[in-house]
Amino acid sequence: MAFVSGLRCRECSREYPGEALNVCDFCFGPLEVVYDYATISEVVSRDRIAAGPLSIWRYHDLLPASGEDPVDIMAGFTPLLKARNLGERLGLKNLYIKNDSVNPSFSFKDRVVSVAATKAREFGFETIACASTGNLACSVAAHAARAGLRSVVFIPSDLERGKVIGAAVYGPTMVAVEGTYDEVNRLCSEVGDNYPWAFVNINMRPYYAEGSKTLGYEVAEQLGWRIPDHVVIPSASGAMFTKIWKGFNELACLGLLDGVDSMTFGPDQNTVHHPAITTKMHMAQAEGCSPIVNAWTEGQTQVRPVRPDSIAKSLAIGNPADGIYALRVIKESDGSAYAVPEPEVVEGIKLLAETEGIFTETAGGVTVSALKYLAESGAIGADELTVAYITGNGLKTQEAVEGVVDPLFIRPTMGSFEEALEGRAAKVSS
Amino acid sequence: MGRQRVKFTFDGDLVKEPIIYMLGRDFHLVTNIRRADVGDALGWVVLEVDGEKEEIERGLQWVSSTGVRVDPISGDVLQG
Ligand SMILES: Cc1ncc(COP(=O)(O)O)c(C=O)c1O
Ligand SMILES: [Zn+2]
Repeated sequence: MAFVSGLRCRECSREYPGEALNVCDFCFGPLEVVYDYATISEVVSRDRIAAGPLSIWRYHDLLPASGEDPVDIMAGFTPLLKARNLGERLGLKNLYIKNDSVNPSFSFKDRVVSVAATKAREFGFETIACASTGNLACSVAAHAARAGLRSVVFIPSDLERGKVIGAAVYGPTMVAVEGTYDEVNRLCSEVGDNYPWAFVNINMRPYYAEGSKTLGYEVAEQLGWRIPDHVVIPSASGAMFTKIWKGFNELACLGLLDGVDSMTFGPDQNTVHHPAITTKMHMAQAEGCSPIVNAWTEGQTQVRPVRPDSIAKSLAIGNPADGIYALRVIKESDGSAYAVPEPEVVEGIKLLAETEGIFTETAGGVTVSALKYLAESGAIGADELTVAYITGNGLKTQEAVEGVVDPLFIRPTMGSFEEALEGRAAKVSS
Repeated sequence: MGRQRVKFTFDGDLVKEPIIYMLGRDFHLVTNIRRADVGDALGWVVLEVDGEKEEIERGLQWVSSTGVRVDPISGDVLQG
């Protein structure tokens, strides 16, 4: 069973039952899950987690859906690698990569969708749907297939081929909308009012978003129940960013971190900050769509929406729903926010691939280039424990790095091979 | 009759325009503000509009045409 006592409005604190709701009827603010932490603290332990499955469901006590029979394609428990080569390049001795690009549908979205799909089935929905910049559509379609539910995915019609195919293969009803993501989004909110569907990022959103907390839990567990000094995270809506922070703080409050005393949560569970959580939260966006970074740089507490024009399509949300909450987390954690110049997105993809053998999509390129900037500017010290979150897979955005393809074209003879090899060596040394 | 929940985001000088008043005067919409945060250079208002369906549509289109950004409320909490 899940230890959820209901939903609460993030803005006016009004309480609601734990149903398929996402907006406060009174102030139209977003609703968030309320947990019964008193009971959770009695049952949860490191041993109990370690004995769980090798997926996000090992943390089911801290998720808003029952872990007894989840819709699980084994999202999560992805590798955390020490990045020696990239670290050396950047002058960082204690750098780790959280490689979430190897999830079942190849992005971190499997974490949130696994929770949303489980919840949708619990509520009795027969169809799950989403508005997506790509990765979410892949994940919704995959989980629906697993759960035996119908899925309807709405995408902008100009998406990368890898994402379109990567979603279509699971057999959803795919709706390609002539327009930007923000327009798809608008349409879906109207569709959601008229069809009895579980839109994972509309009426399921309070449950869905909680799935990203597992990105915080896992990194802490993989580091031996410690938290990093710095994390670098790519943001679109800003939801994942805030949930990783929440995940670290929950672990601390429940006394699960090494050498950290437990603490009560207080009435506003979503803003709890345990003093032992000293991780600096660094946000990465691409310059062509960086509304949250802009607000941070200008010292605003509100986010001015933008019209996205970026190669990093998975991050191209012009009106980020959790932007103001993400700004608060940056401030609270003494972190920062950086907008990566567009040409450096591809440079970041290549740098990670060439140093660590990990092929990430454009969102990961944004993360790596932001990491590079943070290291070069001295914001991250050489010995500080740093984790960069790589949240999506390069095979989905191959167009971005088409230029790397430059084979030696030869005839099938030794002579032709050696001639070509010498030619390449001469080219490289010149 | 129809009803819609929307968020208006104002930038620059638009903060000073009586947009919501005009929705009542020119489109006969009843507006009900639920939350707002308006600064010197940037502001937003979350509200519900009531009125004839076509008038809501025309009214919101007019608001967009002034340069004010209009987003549906569930759109306010989406991510991709
Ligand atoms: C690969 C990838 N990374 C990061 C994000 C950003 O997530 P959020 O919207 O929670 O900020 C997305 C969102 O679409 C994504 O697809
Ligand atoms: Zn409220």
